[in-house]
Amino acid sequence: MVFGVLSPNASLSITSPILGRVTDLLAVDAPVGAADAVAGIRITPVDAVGLEQRAASLCTRSIKTSSKAAALDLAVRMMDLTTLEGADTPERVQALCARARHPDAADWSVPPVAAVCVYPELVPVAVGALADSSVAVASVAGGFPAGLAPLEARLAEISWAVAAGADEVDIVLNRSAFLSGQYQKAYDEIAAAKQACGSAHLKVILETGELGSYDQIRRASMLAMVAGADFIKTSTGKIGTSATPPTALCMAEAIRDMAEQTGRAVGLKLAGGIRTAKQAWHYLVIVGETLGSGWLTPERFRLGASSLLNDVLMQRAKLRDGRYQRREDFSVD
Amino acid sequence: MTDRSSIGRELEPAGEFSLDYAPAPESTAPVRLASQYGLFVGGEMVEPAAGGMAPTINPATGETLAEVSVADAADVDYAVAAARAAWEGGWRDLPGSERAKYLYRVARLLQERAREFAVLETMDGGKPIRESRDLDIPLAAAHFFHYAGWADKLDYAFSGRRAAPLGVAAQVIPWNFPLLMAAWKLAPALACGNTAVLKPAPTTPLTALLLAEVLRDAELPPGVVNIVTGDDATGAALVSHPGVDKVAFTGSTEVGRAIGAELAGTGKRLTLELGGKAANIVFEDAALDQVTEGIVNGIYFNGGQVCCAGSRLLVQESVADAVVGKLQKRMDTLRVGDPLDKNTDIGAINSQAQLDRIQELVASGVAEGAELYTPACVLPERGFFHPPALFTNVSTAHRIAQEEIFGPVLSVLTFRTAEEAVAKANNTPYGLSAGIWTEKGSRILWMADRMQAGVVWANTFNRFDPASPFGGYRESGYGREGGRAGLLPYVELVA
Repeated sequence: MVFGVLSPNASLSITSPILGRVTDLLAVDAPVGAADAVAGIRITPVDAVGLEQRAASLCTRSIKTSSKAAALDLAVRMMDLTTLEGADTPERVQALCARARHPDAADWSVPPVAAVCVYPELVPVAVGALADSSVAVASVAGGFPAGLAPLEARLAEISWAVAAGADEVDIVLNRSAFLSGQYQKAYDEIAAAKQACGSAHLKVILETGELGSYDQIRRASMLAMVAGADFIKTSTGKIGTSATPPTALCMAEAIRDMAEQTGRAVGLKLAGGIRTAKQAWHYLVIVGETLGSGWLTPERFRLGASSLLNDVLMQRAKLRDGRYQRREDFSVD
Repeated sequence: MTDRSSIGRELEPAGEFSLDYAPAPESTAPVRLASQYGLFVGGEMVEPAAGGMAPTINPATGETLAEVSVADAADVDYAVAAARAAWEGGWRDLPGSERAKYLYRVARLLQERAREFAVLETMDGGKPIRESRDLDIPLAAAHFFHYAGWADKLDYAFSGRRAAPLGVAAQVIPWNFPLLMAAWKLAPALACGNTAVLKPAPTTPLTALLLAEVLRDAELPPGVVNIVTGDDATGAALVSHPGVDKVAFTGSTEVGRAIGAELAGTGKRLTLELGGKAANIVFEDAALDQVTEGIVNGIYFNGGQVCCAGSRLLVQESVADAVVGKLQKRMDTLRVGDPLDKNTDIGAINSQAQLDRIQELVASGVAEGAELYTPACVLPERGFFHPPALFTNVSTAHRIAQEEIFGPVLSVLTFRTAEEAVAKANNTPYGLSAGIWTEKGSRILWMADRMQAGVVWANTFNRFDPASPFGGYRESGYGREGGRAGLLPYVELVA
């Protein structure tokens, strides 16, 4: 089985003893030099002060006029419109899908969003509602949000969601395994999930708010990418701490390192706590200046959000008309 | 369905959002410029005796902003006399708590007019508005706040001894941080009970003259601070004036050396903050992405026109290629241009003379065989601009590795062991600052012990704080500015 291309020239079987060596690299005390020696994957430490300083500096970029208009449209096109509530109903998902196709009922020049993200049981509803549209269906799966269901159950859930028509699957990293140092286990589970996804794209949620340090976020990012993730994603949105500018920067730097070292481009999805258009374009700046404009496309960058869309639409209308509209002019779900 | 065929596949440019951000110019509306400026002496704006005037220009456009007085020896004499009169007339006897009130007032007024100061600093000096807004002006205010706090606590700063003021301080400051250097000089001098005659640099006098307005609004007693603009001759007349008790100079090593020779034996106290050729030392275990930012901040901050700039990068051989690769990519994203644009990273070089010097040294680097990298950026047609530059294949003997360039030019050297890094870092007549990048705490301490530099940063660079002393070793000068150590140059300790 070949799960991922680890270097531009050689593909690597993950079931070989090399696997052990790959995950050794992820060990807390692994010397940096050793990383270079094994599979061409180097994991550098992260300096928290410098990272936060750089993220804060990127958030002072001033986005005006034509740049703001382009950023707002791009933010819509990168959005994974999400509803992950126990109280979700087919009707609610259908309404969300209608918004996904035409985010602003009053202005059809607003582009559709990238995807709608729901629980597996609602995938068929979303698939039906989004037929003949460019909007993809994403499903959380794999024991979301904790990832602590039995592995067989988690894999079965992924397969079920894909069979039901999900184009993208958002799973969670097994933080229980990762935080206790069982990198091999965490890695194997992601590799198995990737296999269960088949042709669907795999997004791995790191739940950065539970990882404890930027070093751990960087390590988890590399682990997920080497294990086969097509996207790495910050958060489930189910805990207090979600995406932050330094977290986004930390993961973008890991993705850049992966691309530099292996030639493989992995996407970034930021989720949780992104509510304002200003936050959205700060993230566009962070990704754009770190990874280059090649990542400023829905194929490689997503914003997972539920309440962000209305603020983006409001700012877009302000740019167009020169005045703000009332909140009640925009749909609440 | 969306075509997501590129996910997880090859890299290709697929950008849809241009990083060429639309112009975001800071408004110049808060700045009201006069056509001509006099000298600030005895609390009044006065005309220079001989009537000499010189233009000060905006280095980003070449346009003249205003005509500024050129003080001659007679004007300097007048200013020193005013400072003397103010000192003897009451400032030296004012309780520290009263002096503190004036300093607090100045600090608050600077904060209130921060936008105006930032825009003017950028117009007159060419530095990006992002820096003048986020660093120069807030830090200048912070220095006044810090020393306001010391003014009534001098008895506790030097326990068992009384800190007596010296008298009249002559203070000559450079053009790279005009208002900030004025604050570094004035705040401790005044806190300790001295009066001052400040001489700003010829190319950047305007924020000092705006500061005169603030000092007047703060109702500082007339003559406590006097500001004489002018050229090198003005500065020479000031430091050699017999009525001066203390000289503080920040600028080139060449001028500093001349001042040192002239003052020898006169009994005047002297502090010098001169040039530098700082080493930024990167070990293989460092956080390489933050290292890259630190290097950029170390050398391209204020276009490298910083005495403590990290102009020599010493990188451990095992990660040299990785670091240089990251650095070159990062340099490609630096935005060079209109200093008033809020997204500009590198603004204008301060003057034609400075630009000439940078270009001459860059040419020498190429001629001596070093390899030059500059990103493909389009420089503005008018004004003085230089792209960020990086030299590899540099030997320690090259001029670019030895001489202070004072521009956005970085020389990269490599090392294999910590001992070699120490030897190379100290292989310079200067000794102002150094940077050490490693995740290993013990190595930071081992290196810092061996660095012959007044300031050693660990896993950061160009960080300033009013509580932290700043100053040099060897040809970088002597004396400290900032913190408790910054009081010493302005007091006589009496038993």
